Amino acid sequence: MDIDAAMLARLQFAFTIAFHILFPTLTIGLGGFLALLEWRWLRTGCGAYQLLYHFWVKVFALAFGMGVVTGVVLSYEIGTNFGRFADATGNVLGPLLGYEVLSAFFLEAGFIGVMLFGWGRVGPRMHFFATCMVVVGTMISAFWIIAANSWMQTPTGYRFEGGRFFVESWLDVIFNPSMPTRFLHMILASYVAAMFVVAGVSALHLAMDRPPILARLALKNAMAVLAVVVPAQIVVGDLGGLVAEKHQPLKIAAMEGRWETVRGAPLILFALPDQANEVNRYEIGFPKMASFILTHEFDGEVRGLKEKPAADRPPVAIVFWAFRIMVGMSVAMLLVAVWGLLLSLRNRLYRSGWFQFVCILMIPAGFVATLAGWIAAESGRQPWTVYGLLRTSDTVSNVPAGSITVSLALFIIVYNVLLAAYAYYIVKLFWKGPEDASLPSIAMNPIVARRAVMPAS
Amino acid sequence: MDLTPISGLVIAFALFMYVLLDGFDLGVGILFLVDTRKEDRDVMMTSLIPFWDGNETWLVLGGAGLFAAFPLAYATLMPALYIPLMAMLFALVFRGVAFEYRFKSERTQQFWDYLFSFGAGLAAIAQGMALGTVISGIPVADRQFAGGSFDWLTPFNVMCGVGLVFGYALLGATWLVMKTEGDVQRRAYRIAGKLVPAIAMFVMLVSLWTPYAHPSVAERWFSRPNVIYLSPVPIATAVTLLLLWRKLQLRKEVAPFFLTITVFVLSAIGLAVSLFPFVVPYSVTIWDAAPQRKAQSFLLIGITLMLPIVLGYTALNYFIFRGKVGKGGVYH
Repeated sequence: MDIDAAMLARLQFAFTIAFHILFPTLTIGLGGFLALLEWRWLRTGCGAYQLLYHFWVKVFALAFGMGVVTGVVLSYEIGTNFGRFADATGNVLGPLLGYEVLSAFFLEAGFIGVMLFGWGRVGPRMHFFATCMVVVGTMISAFWIIAANSWMQTPTGYRFEGGRFFVESWLDVIFNPSMPTRFLHMILASYVAAMFVVAGVSALHLAMDRPPILARLALKNAMAVLAVVVPAQIVVGDLGGLVAEKHQPLKIAAMEGRWETVRGAPLILFALPDQANEVNRYEIGFPKMASFILTHEFDGEVRGLKEKPAADRPPVAIVFWAFRIMVGMSVAMLLVAVWGLLLSLRNRLYRSGWFQFVCILMIPAGFVATLAGWIAAESGRQPWTVYGLLRTSDTVSNVPAGSITVSLALFIIVYNVLLAAYAYYIVKLFWKGPEDASLPSIAMNPIVARRAVMPAS
Repeated sequence: MDLTPISGLVIAFALFMYVLLDGFDLGVGILFLVDTRKEDRDVMMTSLIPFWDGNETWLVLGGAGLFAAFPLAYATLMPALYIPLMAMLFALVFRGVAFEYRFKSERTQQFWDYLFSFGAGLAAIAQGMALGTVISGIPVADRQFAGGSFDWLTPFNVMCGVGLVFGYALLGATWLVMKTEGDVQRRAYRIAGKLVPAIAMFVMLVSLWTPYAHPSVAERWFSRPNVIYLSPVPIATAVTLLLLWRKLQLRKEVAPFFLTITVFVLSAIGLAVSLFPFVVPYSVTIWDAAPQRKAQSFLLIGITLMLPIVLGYTALNYFIFRGKVGKGGVYH
């Protein structure tokens, strides 16, 4: 297998999986928000919750559909492009993916029809149950796929023989060292990303002078969730960093752009890492802070990239910058969450034009952070597919570069057209807003119609 | 106990469920080519909307399940079928987004209709050609695919591709007979009637060609005493096709769909008889491709616990959205 075909296969997988992850990121968090809205509606009978549900469920449906069509691709791409990886890890990863389909995908698929089109066919309680099942499905799906991916980062519970992995303990495989923090990190990332979308779109509706009841309600709920999940995400991210420092020190060294193993390492804010010469250009940093963050001591020792030969190091610049983008976004999101909290405490959440403006700008923030985080985590794993054991260059299929070039080019074209169509319809939907959402179907259901009385504005 | 045949049965079941369930979705998409009226297409697509996602999930189970149950087969079949599988994946993307966007658009509805039928047709051809390639045999050496990139492009495989397009169209037509009324149903009856002889021809061609080209398959079917035990399969297929033809003429609404399913079941049994015990014909058997015992039993525990539940709420979904789709595209 020549290096070009291997690189193309990696680019194709990276592109298709990065594109895919945008949609589950939205649906996991938004699904939870929908369950919250429907629960509040069942509890209070307040029709505003139901109108909000009807609006946001459309956003959910679009993203869910995109997630499904781009996700099917991935379940085949592991085999088409990484056949030798599939052979080597089949004992371990095959069952995890099998469990994902059986326990999560079918659950989602079995209830999404009722969730989206079941108003009037089932009662409100059954409908709420369907929503919850879809939400649980998205979480179970994340559980298995993160377990599989984390095992590739921090493998445990296996025996490596003749180039293939054999399972010794399923518990150790599934609950490998990085799995718990990475699972929480992904779930929280979804809630953060989805809630910034809800907050931003509601701020847009307020700024456009739409009838404010629904926008206010959505903004209030979104900011309440964000006040919890953004700080929680930063704590979980820090814990994940400690796990990685223990099991994947080189990944952390690349994230921080550190070449030498030193005590009292600085926290680098800006640098241009130079992989060939093993140095950073134009480095600016805080003294001793990196040691403090990773070891919780100012003079703690942290390992550098030169611990391992050059062939075993990840691509430093990509990991370094992806990590910085993620952290930068997290800080921005934390500031907005705190600002929102302070405004609500002073009863000014709906009045600050500046806050609304910033919320609109922050709509994509969670997705940028999630993608950057994934790039840092997966590029940081290189040059290994299974960390320290199976080299990425030894995992690709026997498929010629020509075939992959064509499929990669098609993926880039088709996915960009898809993204354009998605953006067009989602912006149209955001612009339209929740007011006229699905009124006929509400009228169809007598229980709903009785309750769908707007509170006086 | 040897768990490998059980795993084989489960994977075959998953792939077969996919062929049946997404088969009628894709078939309805293919029928968009012959029924171009907007109101008809509204009804046709609406009949699929609550189900297509669940139906496609069986394809994911087929893929991930094959990875889990027969990793070596997954690792060699997928690269061997690279081009047809990529074509299928793109086609299913087109088909899936058409479901998303068709009802949200007015000016561009024609475009999404086109993408829907193109995606369905391409997916069917690609799946049929992939099936043909598998029947024709795939070389494996040193645990890797050892053939060429264009091995899948043969006249027999093209015939299988076209055959599956017709097969899915028949599933789609009989689905519409069952789930719709009025004009859409009338046209579906007419198309289904034309498709039955075509299907009969394809089934016959594949059944004759496979033993002719592969002596081991001929040996399986025609040696004594197999020929006696196995003869009910082709006989039952012929009887079912005749019965299907008759029920369509009598304008029965439900029977044609289930008789078409029976034709698919019998074809699948025939295929299994021909290919067993190979999972990658004629180089890797299910025992060669099976994972370690610990992986196999873990997977089968999950399947035993979850597959009945999955089938349960799949059935529940079909029950909730039972009945016919009316004009303007709502369920009665």
